[in-house]
Amino acid sequence: MAEEKVSSTGEEDSQVVNPWEVTAKDGGKIDYDKLIEQFGCQRLGADLVQRVERLTGRPAHVFLRRGVFFAHRDFDEILDLYERGEKFYLYTGRGPSSEALHLGHLIPFMFTKYLQDAFKVPLVIQLTDDEKCMWKNISVEDSKRLARENARDIIACGFDVTRTFIFSDFNYLGGKFYENMVKVANCVTFNKVVGIFGFTREDHIGKISFPPVQAVPSFPSSFPHLFADKNNKVNDKLRCLIPCAIDQDPYFRMTRDVAPRIGYQKPSLIESTFFPALQGENGKMSASDPNSAIYVTDSPKDIKNKVNRYAFSGGQDSIEKHRKLGANLEVDIPVKYLSFFLDDDAELEHIKEEYGSGRMLTGQVKARLIEVLSELVERHRRGRALVTDEMVDAFMAVRPLPFMFS
Amino acid sequence: MGFTKEQLLDRLKELQINFVSYDHPVVLTVEAQAKYVGHLGGILSKNLLLKDKKHRFYVVSALANTNVDLKVLSQRLGLGKGGLRMAPEESLQEILQVPLGCVTPFALINESAGTVSFLLDQGFKSQECCFFHPLSNDTTISLSSSGLEKFLTSIGRKPSYVDLEATPLVGKDNPPDLAAFVPSGVPGLSDSAEKAPPIQPPVVTQAPENVKSTSAGKASIKAKVQSGTTEKPKSTVNPLIEATDVEKVVEEIFAKFASAVQSEHLQNNQEEIETSLFDGVRKCITTDLQMQMMSFKNAAYSQGFQAGVEAVRIAMKNMSFRS
Repeated sequence: MAEEKVSSTGEEDSQVVNPWEVTAKDGGKIDYDKLIEQFGCQRLGADLVQRVERLTGRPAHVFLRRGVFFAHRDFDEILDLYERGEKFYLYTGRGPSSEALHLGHLIPFMFTKYLQDAFKVPLVIQLTDDEKCMWKNISVEDSKRLARENARDIIACGFDVTRTFIFSDFNYLGGKFYENMVKVANCVTFNKVVGIFGFTREDHIGKISFPPVQAVPSFPSSFPHLFADKNNKVNDKLRCLIPCAIDQDPYFRMTRDVAPRIGYQKPSLIESTFFPALQGENGKMSASDPNSAIYVTDSPKDIKNKVNRYAFSGGQDSIEKHRKLGANLEVDIPVKYLSFFLDDDAELEHIKEEYGSGRMLTGQVKARLIEVLSELVERHRRGRALVTDEMVDAFMAVRPLPFMFS
Repeated sequence: MGFTKEQLLDRLKELQINFVSYDHPVVLTVEAQAKYVGHLGGILSKNLLLKDKKHRFYVVSALANTNVDLKVLSQRLGLGKGGLRMAPEESLQEILQVPLGCVTPFALINESAGTVSFLLDQGFKSQECCFFHPLSNDTTISLSSSGLEKFLTSIGRKPSYVDLEATPLVGKDNPPDLAAFVPSGVPGLSDSAEKAPPIQPPVVTQAPENVKSTSAGKASIKAKVQSGTTEKPKSTVNPLIEATDVEKVVEEIFAKFASAVQSEHLQNNQEEIETSLFDGVRKCITTDLQMQMMSFKNAAYSQGFQAGVEAVRIAMKNMSFRS
């Protein structure tokens, strides 16, 4: 299958993108065109965005309009089946590695909420506490605790409890889910995972046997309490759409390769670019540097401070020079962040116009960004305050969702 | 009681659908009908009421010269080889409320036909003269395909054409291509919860113009585009579904508030408040309101869930106590 052939350009000077490492070539920017070509997925064109608007009867999400979610695999097939009146479900997840979530972490969840509301379909969210245990050497107890903490922030994004099932691997694995894991594992050789994920003989076997865990939520039979009918039969034809960041693509390339061999449907994917650090595309967002990102726990004062002091500006050194040459929009972080979070297309265009030509100053752009981010974080904080332990329990309970397609 | 021919024709006039009406003696077959209106050009229609083994009904409207093979259709619908038959005479009265020989797409206007699936021959597409009985077989009316589409949309049906003569292979790798036309529930829905309206492929841009808005704003149009049959009250649809639709509820609350503000304002002022003001406000606060409403929904569900878990625990304790 053409898509499964990942072109292997020379490792030394090309970019590295996999679930555990994202580095650009020569410390520069990620080349997304090259990535699409290398992975073999498709660009998500304007025609698909328009089609989504038509089918859902509402404006497309800002992330679709601005090309944040820019690549896909078989998303058009999902739209086809939706148009025919058939259903699908959503699957996304998070590796709960830290308590503090930043805006970049929220992006796939914000988008998934939109998909849930627009298409009125159910969603399963996987918290890979086992993975973080293995990769980050956290204890089992800590992993489980982090999973529940992260679940709160995820719920605060506004998911509908009557359509959403959140589960942590440590709690849920077993039964049909595990049966599917074995079916998948039977189809993937050690050589294959080495090729896809870069494992070595020194890696412990937990890591090597992890990929099926992230693969099988793509199959409805993994969730009999959701998708089995009265006679315990699951409709294996029910398809799955996975919104995720593009670094997760390898897991699902593997899944799509295996699916037909075990009689299942291939999941479709819709993939996003990476969210840049405050210091710029070349910087890395890291938990050890709190100034590299805006956290959902930041106060309005923190946000103002971080943006003003650390957001990398594409403006010129002096006002005169700036008025003459205008800002470099390519590297300017405030404009980039606004393109993610400022919903009003007209206003964004105006800002780019004025700032790019030098009529608007960096300070003004940053001030607008601070407003937008503060509003976002404040809304999230309010929502999170209303998420109780009981609510987390309800979202994570293994229960049927009779209105999940309504 | 079912619609009469007069009521139907009045409705068509209300909808500004042009048609030409021809009276003739009662006819029971296409051949007989052709004797009176066959000379008018255009092609007559043959209309069938079909039934499957699970007592679901289908109206198939085809050009008189389209070949309709029930065995092929049955497979394409995913009903197996012999799943489709002509419906018995009683069903005509019961489901469509029309006499024998009078099956017609117009019968879908009746509530009793709410769950009947409708297959429309693609041969009608872009035709100027489509001939159908208007609920009575002593008349034939001719209207354009766009007029028919307008009628269908007005009764909450999404017009979609099917190539009735196609004979695609249906097998393991080729799922039945017309499966969506089978009136049925969806995976995961228990039968008792609700009966889903017949799944129709959404035709998107047509619906908004023809839909009556119950409240200002896009949300009601959105709701109608998504579940096109909301105009007809369905006795089996769970009312809680609409009541817990966050976007819908927020829209309704806002509309109520806006109209109350307007009324109050008009008590002391001549000029109405500009709707653009309300639009601006709506844009500002909708997201926040929706998030708040979703928190509310989730909280209520969680409290109910807790109560349920406790109730089971108590029941089990009582059981073991007694034993």
